[in-house]
Amino acid sequence: MVLPKCNACGRFHFFPRVVCPHCYATSFTSHEVSGKGEIHTTTVVRRPPDRGGDYNVCIVELEERVRMMSRIEGVAPPDVEIGMAVIAYAGEIDGTPAVLCRPEGG
Amino acid sequence: MENKLRGKSAIVGTGHAGFGEAPGLTAYDIMAEAGLAALADAQLKLSDVDGLFCTMMEDSMPALMAAEYLGIRPRFVEGTMTGGSSFVNYITAATMALAAGLCDVVLIVYGSNQRSGSGKLVTASRPPPYEQIYRPRYPISAYALAAARHMHEFGTTREQLADVAVAARAWAQHNPEAFERGDLTREDVLAARMVSDPLTVRDCCLVTDGGGAIVMVRSERARDFPKPPVYVLGCAAESTHRQISQMPDFTVTAARESGARAFAAAGVSPSDIDVVELYDAFTINTVLFLEDLGFCEKGEGGAFVEGGRIAPGGGLPVNTNGGGLSCVHPGMYGIFTVIEATRQIRGDAPGLQIANVDLALAHGNGGTLSSQVTAILGSENTL
Ligand SMILES: [Zn+2]
Repeated sequence: MVLPKCNACGRFHFFPRVVCPHCYATSFTSHEVSGKGEIHTTTVVRRPPDRGGDYNVCIVELEERVRMMSRIEGVAPPDVEIGMAVIAYAGEIDGTPAVLCRPEGG
Repeated sequence: MENKLRGKSAIVGTGHAGFGEAPGLTAYDIMAEAGLAALADAQLKLSDVDGLFCTMMEDSMPALMAAEYLGIRPRFVEGTMTGGSSFVNYITAATMALAAGLCDVVLIVYGSNQRSGSGKLVTASRPPPYEQIYRPRYPISAYALAAARHMHEFGTTREQLADVAVAARAWAQHNPEAFERGDLTREDVLAARMVSDPLTVRDCCLVTDGGGAIVMVRSERARDFPKPPVYVLGCAAESTHRQISQMPDFTVTAARESGARAFAAAGVSPSDIDVVELYDAFTINTVLFLEDLGFCEKGEGGAFVEGGRIAPGGGLPVNTNGGGLSCVHPGMYGIFTVIEATRQIRGDAPGLQIANVDLALAHGNGGTLSSQVTAILGSENTL
């Protein structure tokens, strides 16, 4: 996974844009990141089983100190906990690119 | 708002329409009925209105649609869309426009038929581009994410959140205008259908029809109207994000800043406030705003609302009409915080009237905890 890093202040941001939201500089370099992070907050969206059942929506905070919405895979929705160590990765949902998470070491 | 605008404008009329269910009416019909009611309250006519402040959920140019519908040609139009906080936010621009002589009679107005029209929240907006793919249920999942983090950091409990809904219902039970007046207990809230953990359907605002309006004039002529004038002592805003994933701190809203500046402009503090009207789209809102506005410390909001503290007979009257949780919630609730605050100060609240109200706080929330606007209103005694 690649994130923009500001050439002026050295901080990362998400989502990509043409101005740094921290220092307002306009020059960035793309950096490959590990995806290491933790679940900052989480919810179970309830849905009837015949329409696909419950699913997770979470906010992941990467070690680069950026946050984004995501979904954790491989953990039952009620078992997702704040603080859980995860790896974020570039995946897809219904054919559309999306950042997904899996438990670290899982 | 600068201190020099303190007390320069006043609310001289309020109106509402279509509370609960208004089948057969369009959102603009309800908007117009609310506007007419507010003008009648002030004994003014549509032809007197030369400042129109309006936004609606269904169009890209709602203020123009409203002016066209009403048959008026306002010389000052404001339609900034900050979600449900918009109508509290307009108080600042309305005061500025009045004080500058850019208009003389302001109508702030809103209407929605979202219950009869579709049964769910209507929105003309594009879904948040970096979130929609994960299918959060808007807006509840956004507030659920904030509630979960608050519970994690401070030990806030679902029982405490439930007490917010129970208090709102207890106020609503005294208000004949309120839509939901049946009994509601903490156990009922906890046992209700979970929608987006930790929030159940009873942690959520109503989905109703309804419209609201207020009329504002310069203070120098505020005594020329039939109802006691309610003066704008301070109004301040701050926004932090649009998409919930971009919220800087999930447990702190910009109400901290909007509140501090509104209190400074008014020259009062939280302990001076007689009634508090907060935009309670979800139970967590009330907890967050009581903390951020300074009625209790950060993290203590859960304990603060426990055991009827904000219910009738409690220490602090909060959402005395029943709020968005039990009175009315037609998509955007902000204007109703101003209407209830005004009526409490005038002494003509539709439900429980708090005795001798001189200072009231109305707080609007927009987006997903994104835009925060605080207004402090006062009686003649506070000028
Ligand atoms: Zn920078």
